Amino acid sequence: MNNILRLQNVGKIYQSGSNSLTVLQDVNFSIEAGSTVSIVGPSGSGKTTLLGLCAGLDRASNGIVELHGTELNQLSEDQLAAVRNEHIGFIFQNFQLMPTLTALENVMVPLELRGEKNIKPRALDLLDKVGLAARSHHYPTQLSGGEQQRVSLARAFSNRPKILFADEPTGNLDAETSEKVVKLLFDLNREAGTTLVVVTHDLDLAAKTQRVIRVKGGRIIQDAPAGADIN
Amino acid sequence: MKQYDLNFPWLLKMAWRDSRKNRSRLLLFISSIILGIAALVAIYSLGENLRDNIDSQAATLIGADLALYSGKPLDDKTAKLVNQLGTERSEERSFASMVVFAKNGGNRLAQVKALKGNYPYYGELETTPGEAGKTFRNKREALVDQTLMLQYGAQVGDSIRIGEVSFAIAGILQKAPGQTGITSTVAPSVYIPMDYLDQTGLMQKGSRVAYRYYIKYAPGTDVEALVEKRKDDFEKADLDYRTVESQKEDTGRSFRDLTRFLTLVGFVALLLGCIGVASAVYIYIREKLKSIAVLRCLGVKAYQAVLIFMIQIVGIGFLGSVIGAVLGAVIQQFLPIVIKDFLPFELTTDISWLSIGQGVVIGTLISILFSLPPLLSIRKVSPLNVLRSNADEVKSEKDPITWLLYGLIVLFVFGFAWLQMQSWMQALIFTGSILAAFAVLYLTALLLINLTRRFFPTSWSYLWRQGLANLFRPNNQTAILIVSIGLGTSLICTLLFTQDILLTRVNLSTSGNQPNIVLFDIQPGQKEQVLKIAQSHKIPVNQSVPIVNMRLEEVNGKTAADFQKDTTDKQSARIFGREYRVTFRDSLTKAEKITEGKWQGIYTENGTPVPISVEQGFATRSRIKLGDTLTFNVQGTIMQTIVGSLRDVNWGEVQTNFLVVFPNGVLEEAPQFHVMLTHVPDAASSARFQQAIVQAFPNISIIDLALVLRVLDEIFGKIGFVIRFMAGFSILTGIIVLIASVLISKYQRLQESVLLRTLGASRKQIFAITALEYFFLGALAALTGILLSLGGSWALATYSFEAEFSLALLPVVGLFLAVSLLTVLIGLLNSRGILSQPPLEVLRQES
Ligand SMILES: Nc1ncnc2c1ncn2[C@@H]1O[C@H](COP(=O)(O)OP(=O)(O)O)[C@@H](O)[C@H]1O
Ligand SMILES: [Mg+2]
Repeated sequence: MNNILRLQNVGKIYQSGSNSLTVLQDVNFSIEAGSTVSIVGPSGSGKTTLLGLCAGLDRASNGIVELHGTELNQLSEDQLAAVRNEHIGFIFQNFQLMPTLTALENVMVPLELRGEKNIKPRALDLLDKVGLAARSHHYPTQLSGGEQQRVSLARAFSNRPKILFADEPTGNLDAETSEKVVKLLFDLNREAGTTLVVVTHDLDLAAKTQRVIRVKGGRIIQDAPAGADIN
Repeated sequence: MKQYDLNFPWLLKMAWRDSRKNRSRLLLFISSIILGIAALVAIYSLGENLRDNIDSQAATLIGADLALYSGKPLDDKTAKLVNQLGTERSEERSFASMVVFAKNGGNRLAQVKALKGNYPYYGELETTPGEAGKTFRNKREALVDQTLMLQYGAQVGDSIRIGEVSFAIAGILQKAPGQTGITSTVAPSVYIPMDYLDQTGLMQKGSRVAYRYYIKYAPGTDVEALVEKRKDDFEKADLDYRTVESQKEDTGRSFRDLTRFLTLVGFVALLLGCIGVASAVYIYIREKLKSIAVLRCLGVKAYQAVLIFMIQIVGIGFLGSVIGAVLGAVIQQFLPIVIKDFLPFELTTDISWLSIGQGVVIGTLISILFSLPPLLSIRKVSPLNVLRSNADEVKSEKDPITWLLYGLIVLFVFGFAWLQMQSWMQALIFTGSILAAFAVLYLTALLLINLTRRFFPTSWSYLWRQGLANLFRPNNQTAILIVSIGLGTSLICTLLFTQDILLTRVNLSTSGNQPNIVLFDIQPGQKEQVLKIAQSHKIPVNQSVPIVNMRLEEVNGKTAADFQKDTTDKQSARIFGREYRVTFRDSLTKAEKITEGKWQGIYTENGTPVPISVEQGFATRSRIKLGDTLTFNVQGTIMQTIVGSLRDVNWGEVQTNFLVVFPNGVLEEAPQFHVMLTHVPDAASSARFQQAIVQAFPNISIIDLALVLRVLDEIFGKIGFVIRFMAGFSILTGIIVLIASVLISKYQRLQESVLLRTLGASRKQIFAITALEYFFLGALAALTGILLSLGGSWALATYSFEAEFSLALLPVVGLFLAVSLLTVLIGLLNSRGILSQPPLEVLRQES
């Protein structure tokens, strides 16, 4: 089996003063390259924390997180940044575009950080795919929420990531816009053959993935193909 | 429905609660005005201390109860009058003469003061050794100014020669009544006893001598009343007089002008800070829009919402002003050091509670005034904003009240200026200039920003482009930062430029074969021999001009007294009091041009008035027209003249220029002396030549332009120090606004840099982006300031000094780099936390 992501006995404990809060505990799963997975669960159950650990945004308190054969806990901050830049794409609930850059420039950032040359055609092509070629010179404040999220989709795919993490990508959008963004996400993903991990509480969105991981109180309570019912 | 009102205590409580999380930030906003207030309080206190000191030390400023000045020896009648005055009298004759240091032959033009009597009666001639100021009077001894002593390496006991007499140096003169560091730089004095004056041989006819009489009255005498009675006698005898009271007024007036000037400079720093406050409050309010909308939903009225925030600003504005006032009281202790070279007395400093009070009131008022426009925008926040996701979008339509507030602000500036200057016109000009300066700075800043944005090469690396793009982040304070840092830069830069223009100008005129030495007071019989000495030293004489001293008695048949009586025909008394140095020749010089009338070079028609030529500017100032008849008194001989022509004179060239020129054929036989202009190629031959001249003719005075240049440089150094000190306030305010702005936008930067780290940027890349952002900011500000002062200095050079404007590149580049790097340094120091932020934050941020 060819796993791009592997978690083994992963736990996360937040220490605040003398109190310690266990947010994640005994998390074990692997994700096959090219597959689509959703993580669902009630608010506060630890989904975002889990995603952060998987993407190397934070360090696990115990256990092993292995991304593309590299154990993330062993890496320095700058090495983690390089891994993210090389292999990972992100989509956030609140879009997270650089306010100082145009749509086009935002899409180019991951490639520019790598020092790649002649990247404009690719960025424009991606913007075209999300239907915003005409808005490429607009700043984020000049775009609607749905449009901003589409720009961030284009950005997420710009560095040809091996794995894409999305944290509640439709959380700030209305139903109609959500549908459009989700369709784009899955289309682009299919075309690029990227592994997709989506955190969501939108069950319709979860149903579109091949596999659903349910989290509650910091533990995985179910890990099954989509459509399988709880219990 | 029940109508209820939220009471003031509740609003206070809400204001207190709301500020809880932001108190340090609020204080930071207000810190921008702390320095401005400090400057004002320091200068106000200085002004008060000056007033007190002048009051208590006025007597030592003139050294006597009454001083009388005359430009000519007293006639018998006047001498009798003067000798009746007071209980004790001293006499001083002062004139410019060469002094020669016997030890090394060094010589320099100095102000020689021959003294008889026990002057000063109040204060003393401060000397080292201390008793020299008293003992030198009875021997062949002199007191020599300390700058001269230093310059020629002289010691007490050495001898100096003045005219034909050698004096032993009895002491180094540190201070004499009314003397400042500046006067001792420009015209260092040498005191000698009057008994030896005749022996020096310097009192020939034609030398310019000032005669002064110092009079002491018995303690308790009402000198003012006595003088009032004698006023007419004094005026008739052409005697200027000065009492302790009038001295007090005069000194007070000049220092009032100085402190007014400083106050206005300080006020500019305060205004800068206020703009910083306004822009910070604006951002603060934008961040609060959501909570304001919630309050509005819960039933808080618009004006109450405004009050909740206004209370915070008032509180913090007051606190900031108090801090500023305290700082000002501390700074004030150091101000005397800054201006000591301009003071004729030792300045003692006291805390001035009045000034501190004024500072606190002004600071509180002005911080409210400038915060009002953003505060009042709160009224427009609709409760509906709660329901919208992008609540921080503000409608940009202008509120009419905002315009009213801007009007109030301008009125405040005008009012402040008026209080300082007490003149509508000047206050108007000041307000207009301030508005114009800010507008020009602001527009230049905008232009530069836009040009940079448009023409920045897209091929440059991402880090550079991102650094630049950061200047345009939402809620940025780029423009105000550029204005405030730019203003400071421009002040310093203008100072550099003007200093340069003037020095280059003097330098230029002494380069090439332009004359660089002026010999004057050459008696008619000495002329041939001086030319011979010049010849033997192989020094060319560029010009030799005869000069005749005369006084003006009547204009169109009316005397000074006639003009005084006739109020409809105003004529300045000045033109009668002064001595005119007049030349005669048959042709114009290269620097002259006739603007009106006809030049007449030779006078033949005996009996008719002599056609003279008057300098255009002087004629205008003195209301003298073509065809006016002027009556001159040429050392006893009355001479009728008529204004035959007006001349434009280019004063820029080193040569002898005159207000009044006579034609040939009139003054040839009048008592006169000559002025010669020569060019010496180097310092060594200059020294040899000067020594030879002074040796042969001690009465001849020499002005060495190299020395003038040095003196000018020194004076600029002293004035420059004062201006730099004040420009420092504006720059420091700029820096504080910068720090505040960095901290205000820190949250936003944090978000950006965390996002960049998530997308894979290394620490080094983020560091580079931050540094570049500040570099762009500093560079744009420096450029704005430099451009502005370039424009100003160019205009000054072209229109005011009529000099070639040459750009000294090195200091400008240096200033540019210094400002840019300073900005980078401050920016980076305040951004430290950003680099170490863990990237996980990106997932946790609320939208
Ligand atoms: N920095 C932190 N310190 C302490 N507790 C935290 C921290 N971040 C998150 N938590 C806690 O961890 C739990 C899981 O949070 P999160 O992963 O954001 O949940 P979800 O994304 O599923 O809503 C929550 O109870 C939250 O309060
Ligand atoms: Mg979450």
